[in-house]
This record gives sequence, C-alpha cells and structure tokens, in this order.
Amino acid sequence: MAEILTTAHNAKRMYRFDLTQRLVARLTKNEAVVGGIGHTNFDLWSAGHRAQNFYMLGSMGLAIPIALGVALAQPDRKVFALEGDGSLLMQLGCLATVATLAPKNLTILVMDNGVYQITGGQGTPAAGGADYAAIARGCGLPNAGWAADEADFERLVQQCLETDGPHFIGLKLDDQGPVTQTERDPVQIRDRFMRGMGAKKSKLPG
Amino acid sequence: MESAGRAWHQIVIDVLKANEVRLIPYVPDNVLKPLIAGIHADPFFEAFTVAREEEAVGIVAGAVMAGRRGMVLMQTSGFATLANVLASLPCAYQIPVLMMVSERGTLGEFNIGQAAVWRTMRPTLESLAMPYHVVTRLDECEFVVDRTIRQAHLTQQPAALILSPLLTGGKSVTPKVVAQ
Repeated sequence: MAEILTTAHNAKRMYRFDLTQRLVARLTKNEAVVGGIGHTNFDLWSAGHRAQNFYMLGSMGLAIPIALGVALAQPDRKVFALEGDGSLLMQLGCLATVATLAPKNLTILVMDNGVYQITGGQGTPAAGGADYAAIARGCGLPNAGWAADEADFERLVQQCLETDGPHFIGLKLDDQGPVTQTERDPVQIRDRFMRGMGAKKSKLPG
Repeated sequence: MESAGRAWHQIVIDVLKANEVRLIPYVPDNVLKPLIAGIHADPFFEAFTVAREEEAVGIVAGAVMAGRRGMVLMQTSGFATLANVLASLPCAYQIPVLMMVSERGTLGEFNIGQAAVWRTMRPTLESLAMPYHVVTRLDECEFVVDRTIRQAHLTQQPAALILSPLLTGGKSVTPKVVAQ
C-alpha cells in the first residue's frame, strides 16, 4: 500500500486533457464514457471520438446519472462518468444512489479544478474545503480516493477495468483550458452513441 | 378499452410490461403508493428511489440509449424542477424518456404550495413542446398510457403522462372522505 495517503491537499494538480488521453488509451473493450457538461466533454472529444462516447451539451450535473443508466442497462460493459466538480456539486445526491444500487461496472471520475472554468474561472462553493472523495465515502462508496499523480491515475484506471465497482477517483486539475470544442449536434451524438452501445442498428451510414 | 375490473395502477403495470418498460426510478408520492408497491413486488421491474427527479431523467436517458426502456415517477412539484434538463437532454437529443406525474395541486388540494406549483406544469410542457396526456378515466387508462409510450419510442421523443385526481382519487383534504 502507499506509504503516504493521497488527500485532496497533497494530490498532484494534473492536466485534464492528458488524463483524458491516458484513460482513453486504456479502453480496449468498447467501454462507455459519458463526458459531463463543458470542458470535461470537450477534452473527451479532443482525445479522439469513439462510438462509445456520449457528450453532454446541457443538463449540468447529469453525467453520473446518465452513466448509471447505461451501466444498469448493460451490466457487462464498463462505464465511465467524467464529471466536473461544479457539476457534481449540483447533483451530489446521485452518489448515494450509486452506492445503493452498487453497479459493478461503473466508475466515476471527478475532474476537480475548483472553479467554473468555462464561465470565467469563478470559484465553486467548495472553496471552504469540501472533499469530493470524502463525500463519496460518506455516501457509501468506501474506496473513493484521490489520484496522487499520473502514474497513480493509470494504476487506478486499470484497477477499475479489472475489478468490480462502483469506483470513484478524484482528480485534482491544474488551470489549463480545453484543447478544442465538441461538435454540438445532439441528435447525431445520441445516434452514434446508441450504435456504439449496440442499441441501434441502422443502414444509414454513420 | 376494457379495464376488466383492474385498478388504474394495475393497468399501468400491465401496459409497462407489455411495452418492455423495466427501469423505474422515482421520487415517491402518496397517490402513487399502490403503483410503486406493485412495481416493487414484480421482479420484471428494476425500481428505486433517487434524490432528485433530474437524476432520474438522466438515468432513464442513459438506459434508453443503451437499450433499456424506463419511466420516471414523480409528483407535480417534482416536475417543476425539470425544465432545464428536459430541454437540454431528452428534448435536444430526442431520447424517449417517459414520465408519469401524479397530479397534485388541483381538484381539492389542501397544500397551497402544491396548488401554486401546479399552475406551472402545463405551461412548461407546452413551452417544451413535449407530448403529454392527462389520464382522467379508468376506461381510457390503458389506451392512453399504451399509445403514449408507444409513440414516444416510435418517434424518439420524451413524453409525460399526468394522472388526474379524477382517475386516482387524489390526496384529499380529509383522509376520511377518500373513497377506497
């Protein structure tokens, strides 16, 4: 076990796009990834579109519930929710729901930069010291924790892929912005994702 | 349509099963109690409470996109929390998220909070251009619920079913006068 416990205070601040690329590189079994509103899904898009990616363009706070729905519908597929800290604050109750239903195939990644980056970097109301991994543990996800650095993140992702969840990894971010923007065409995003999930078959190309 | 002596909640359960609607996240309501109890008693369904109605809309949206149908149960006040997520998720992405709303705030409501929020429901549904039907009669219940669910899936659109106190009896001012 790690000699030093990783906490919200000593976790390395990392680059969201780098972490997203590292996650995507480890996905070899058509795992589903739901990218939360804003820069979280922008960087998922920038990491290279996959048919199993869903990009939110609104409904702030629903990345984890959407991923939970996918996980319940397809228990044999691993599902990742990428959610921002401000977004999670809007829907904290969903952590209790996840703990109660305990889907083995769900992993929650919280991208915590402490600010609403897309609206100009205003601080979130968690500035007083709210610790998302501690909140998750309090909701009934006992293994929730922070990634110490990039290598630790890769180790934790691999653990999520190889063991039963639900898993929760907190990621402290630096202040770098997103690489590009997601193409905002919700119907096309939904159509591609359904095909990626095998839930829709169509002779229309795409 | 023949209701064959079934209560409204049994009709709803039969129609949900016939349409393969299995996933039922909900925020509870007194009027929905017999429906919720019947759904929990039937292993066909996966039913559970959520903290907020928004969360349930997200869960059903995700499940539908992954091939599993679902319906959210709530009361009028819960519906009033949903405009943003309905507009930006099931409406924008064209995902057939089904909702069943127990209509509080009308026809004998005792709680002024419920009565006040009731006034927002139809204008919200209208402004979202979301298909909805109000179920008022037992003999129409099967037809309205079944056809609304079918159309939602056939046209890839969310839809709401409002259960009127005319159907359910509602939640009365004094429990004594409720005809069971």
